[in-house]
Amino acid sequence: MRSITTPISDDLVRELKVGEPVLLSGVMVTGRDAAHKWLIETFIKKTREPKDGDLQVYEDLKKLLNGSVIYHCGPVVSGLDTKEYKFVAAGPTTSIREEPYQADVMKHFNVKGVIGKGGMGAKTLKGCQEVPFVYFHAIGGAASYIAQSVQKVLGVYKMEFGVPEAMWGIEVKDFPVVVTMDSHGGSQHAVIDESSKTVLDDLLARPY
Amino acid sequence: MRDLTNDILELIRRTSSSLPKDVEERLRAAVEKEAPGSAARGALETILKNIELSRANSTPICQDTGTPIFYVHYPEVCCSTRKIREQIRAALAEATKRSYMRPNAVDAVYDNNTGDNLGGDDFPYIHFEEVEADKPLVIELMLKGGGCENVGRQYSLPDNNLGAGRDLAGVRKVVLDAVQKAQGQGCAPGILGVAIGGNRGLSYTKSKEVLFDKLGARNADPKLAELEERLTEEANQMGIGPMGFGGQTTVIDTKITGLHRLPASYFVSVSYMCWAYRRRKMTVWEDRVEYD
Ligand code: SF4
Repeated sequence: MRSITTPISDDLVRELKVGEPVLLSGVMVTGRDAAHKWLIETFIKKTREPKDGDLQVYEDLKKLLNGSVIYHCGPVVSGLDTKEYKFVAAGPTTSIREEPYQADVMKHFNVKGVIGKGGMGAKTLKGCQEVPFVYFHAIGGAASYIAQSVQKVLGVYKMEFGVPEAMWGIEVKDFPVVVTMDSHGGSQHAVIDESSKTVLDDLLARPY
Repeated sequence: MRDLTNDILELIRRTSSSLPKDVEERLRAAVEKEAPGSAARGALETILKNIELSRANSTPICQDTGTPIFYVHYPEVCCSTRKIREQIRAALAEATKRSYMRPNAVDAVYDNNTGDNLGGDDFPYIHFEEVEADKPLVIELMLKGGGCENVGRQYSLPDNNLGAGRDLAGVRKVVLDAVQKAQGQGCAPGILGVAIGGNRGLSYTKSKEVLFDKLGARNADPKLAELEERLTEEANQMGIGPMGFGGQTTVIDTKITGLHRLPASYFVSVSYMCWAYRRRKMTVWEDRVEYD
C-alpha cells in the first residue's frame, strides 16, 4: 500500500487514481460546516469582517493548509480543561454538506486532499481536476482507530464554534484512507452508483 | 425494587464500546471474501481493529453514539415503570459525562444541544412491555446511528416507478431499491430491518424493533424467512461493498416483520443499520445482573 506524507506535490496528486488505498501521514486540519462557511465568508468572498485575532488565524491556517489536507471530522477530544488535548474518537463525518464551499477553499489555501465519507458532488470533482486535489474516503465509524493515528494536536482555531466544529491542526501517522475522487475526473461513487443500478434493474426485471 | 442506575450505566458502556459477538463474527467472515489489497478488505480490517480498540479502552465504537432506544420487558407486579424511566435517564446523563456517549439530543426548533442526551419526553426513546410474573426484568438497548438512519426509506405500495405491487414481490423490489439508493452512505456493510404494513409511524418503529433479534435468526413464517435470505443475497449482488468502495458484502443480514394494515395502505419501511450495530441486553436476577 502507498504511504503519503504531507506536503503533497501536484505531481503526486496526479498519480493518485480512484480505488487506491493510501496511508496518510503528516499535517491536516479538521473542518466541518462552521469552519468552511467562515473561511469562505471571511477570507474568500469577504462578505464578513474579520474579528479580533481572525487575521492571525488566517496566517496560521495558510501555513498549515498549504500542500496538506482538510479532514471532515467532529472529534471527541479530552484534556479540554488542561489544554493537553488528546483525540479520543475521530471518525469522518458526511462530506456532501461542504459541497458549496469545498473547491473554493481548496483553491484558496492550496490544499491537496480532503478526507471525509460518502463522497462529494460535481463542483468538488471539477475542483479536483483544476486545483488539483483528491478526495480521500476514510472508514466511517472507525473512530477509536483513527483517533489513535493522531500523534499530536498542533493547535486549535475558532474554539468558539465548539469542539466538533473548531479547526484542529493535527499530526497523524498512517491514517487509512481510499482515493474515491481523483484529479482526472474519476469518481468511485459515480462508478459504483452506476454499476449497482445496472444490477438492480436486472434484479427488478426477474420474476419473483 | 432496587436502584438500577449503575447497572444501566454499565449496559450503556458495554453497548457503546463493545460490539456484539454475532456482528463481529459476520464482519470477520466478510474480510475473507474480499480480495487482498482491495479497498473493501482494507475497510473491513480497519473496522475490526477499531472494534478491538474500543472494547479494550471503553471508548465509543463510533463517535456518533446514535439515538438510544430502550426496550424494557418488566414482569407483572415487579416494578414501577416511572422509576425505571428515571433511572435510565440518570444513567444516560452519567454515561454522557463519562464520554461513553456523545451529547446527541439537539432541539429541532431552537437548535441547541442539551448536552446530556436528555431531550423532552422522547429522547431517549423508552418502550415498556409487560411480561409474566415469573420472568425476569430485561432491559435492551440499541444505539442507532444518524448516518444510517438518514438512508432509511419508506415506500407506499404500489410504486409505479419500480413496478412494485402490493405483495411480497413488490416488497422485494422496494427493499432492493433502498439498498441501491443508500450506496455506502449508511456505513455499509449494513443490516436491514424491514416492516411490511402498519401505519407510517408503526411501520418504522417495527422495522427497528426487529433489529434487536440475533443475526441469522429467521422469521417463523417460511415465506418471510425465504425473502430475508433472498434479499441479503441479492443486495450483495449489487457490489456496493464496505463503505461503497465496491465489494462482496453490502448487507450482512435482513430481518422482516409482517404487520396488519388498513385496506387502503400498504407501507414498506426499511431501517438501515450500519456495521456499528450496537445492541445489548441486561437481565436482572434476584442477586445479580447478567449482560449479553
Ligand atoms: S452510520 Fe453508524 S458507523 Fe457510520 S458514522 Fe453513523 S453511527 Fe457511525
